[in-house]
Amino acid sequence: MIEVQELTKHYGLKRAVDGISFTANDGEILGFLGPNGAGKSTTMNMLTGYISSTSGKALIDGVDILEDPIKAKKNIGYLPEIPPLYVDMTVKEYLNFIYDLKKCKLPRVSHLNDVCSLVKIDHVYNRVIKNLSKGYRQRVGLAQALVGNPPVLILDEPTVGLDPKQIIEIRTLIKKLGKNHTVILSSHILSEVQAVCDRIVVISEGKIVANATEHDLSDRLTGAHILSAQIEGDYETVAKAVLNIEGVEVCKQINERDGVIEYRIECETGTDIRRELFFAMSKIGCPIMELKNSELSLEEIFIRLTKGSDIKEEQ
Amino acid sequence: MGAVFRREVLSYFTSPIGYIFLAAFYAFSAFFFASSSLQAGSTDMSSMFESLMLLLVVLIPILTMRTMSEDKKTKTDQCLLTAPVSLGGIVAGKFFAALLVYTCAVAVTVVYAIIVSGYAAVDWLVIAGNVVGLELFGASFVAVGIFCSSLTENQVVAAVTSFISTLALTMLSLVSNLVNWEPLQKLLATLSFYDRYAGFTYGMFDLSNVLFFVSAIAVFLFFTVRVLEKRRWA
Ligand SMILES: Nc1ncnc2c1ncn2[C@@H]1O[C@H](COP(=O)(O)OP(=O)(O)OP(=O)(O)O)[C@@H](O)[C@H]1O
Ligand SMILES: [Mg+2]
Repeated sequence: MIEVQELTKHYGLKRAVDGISFTANDGEILGFLGPNGAGKSTTMNMLTGYISSTSGKALIDGVDILEDPIKAKKNIGYLPEIPPLYVDMTVKEYLNFIYDLKKCKLPRVSHLNDVCSLVKIDHVYNRVIKNLSKGYRQRVGLAQALVGNPPVLILDEPTVGLDPKQIIEIRTLIKKLGKNHTVILSSHILSEVQAVCDRIVVISEGKIVANATEHDLSDRLTGAHILSAQIEGDYETVAKAVLNIEGVEVCKQINERDGVIEYRIECETGTDIRRELFFAMSKIGCPIMELKNSELSLEEIFIRLTKGSDIKEEQ
Repeated sequence: MGAVFRREVLSYFTSPIGYIFLAAFYAFSAFFFASSSLQAGSTDMSSMFESLMLLLVVLIPILTMRTMSEDKKTKTDQCLLTAPVSLGGIVAGKFFAALLVYTCAVAVTVVYAIIVSGYAAVDWLVIAGNVVGLELFGASFVAVGIFCSSLTENQVVAAVTSFISTLALTMLSLVSNLVNWEPLQKLLATLSFYDRYAGFTYGMFDLSNVLFFVSAIAVFLFFTVRVLEKRRWA
């Protein structure tokens, strides 16, 4: 479990991280989302004891990282923004070095083999890291974090530089690891945190803008249930029929193509009008070509949330 | 500490640094040995040791310049500093690795002594004194070099600052002769690396001199740890 209380880091006058608090429970994957310079890496560096905080506390499994660093660090696997690789070593030498450095007790050969097959670097095991491509270096960096099987994993943009197939594989891997590890990962890719994380902490300019489950977050922001529907037929007739359905607040045209109009239908929170919509449309003889939930994507949420904080900042 | 030590030793011999250092040391020492002992037909090797000692000012910075600075530059310090090891252990690992390479270099002087002993009787006590003195003197320079390397992420800057620092430390005794104020003169003479070293060259193993070098090493390694510690707070 990771507990962060009012963690702050000042670089001179610059507040890179400004009093953030959150908790990541056991077996939870926590996503750290924020634009460039938000303070994601700085926070992770403080959590792992690479840099110390100006004030505030970070507890890893109840151990303060500044008070008992060695004990706390034993439980952490850290993949920094730039994988900390000794490029003049082979993957094998490097992972063995990390194994020794972490004073790992697991059986050496079989454990390292497991780690390598997890991140799929078996076939480059004897190559010099200098000669590996960026994606493979990233994977070796991830392998390095997994050595010793620490219960807490802190991954700073783990999928940067990987190809789409690998991204999916690594995400699946992280999800799998999340079952028995506490994972914190950072990213600016919204779909990634959306796909992988149970809980999302949105951070901007060193402050937490939102801390909620992915689902809650979109609910909280939209307030209303929003549908996007493509319906064939005359706009007037359709719009009138839609607005007649109980709970519908807004119905507006978004797009038109070959007589099929795309509508955005906003209803009261907690109402589901999809069935009523179907019967209403069939009554007036206007077929529904496509119907989908159009909750705010994290993209939109993100822009809204960070915009909000920008305005606050300026005041 | 063990892991860092092994990695450092390995890296001295996968990068050219270790070879350059050893090759330079062996070449120069062979030259000094040939010109002072073999050619002069003398069993007195002190002039070779004297020259080697002066050479260390140039060679040790080459050996130590990348110890700390490279980690900082390539961010590999992130894996060292977030691993469950103490800062002292990391610094000690790096120190002993450099010391091992340096010891390999110094060991060649024993070979020369054996060569000389084939021709005539040698004063083993004096030779042992010289070897131990050279080892301790160089070890303290290694500590100074590691400290200088921790101050920057640029290897060249690290090499230049350790060159200047070790040169200054060697010259302390010369400086002490110049000042008139007695307390300062005494202080400088006490701190003079050269004077401490000179004792060994007569085959005298003065415990206070051994302790002087050992504590100089401890002090500079401690400073290095402080630098690493302080960087986290920056
Ligand atoms: N050593 C440093 N000295 C001064 N300022 C720093 C230092 N490190 C980071 N900062 C500042 O702190 C802020 C947060 O940086 P951080 O690297 O944590 O951002 P990030 O969220 O990881 O961004 P990115 O998505 O680009 O990785 C930035 O404004 C950065 O300029
Ligand atoms: Mg970052």
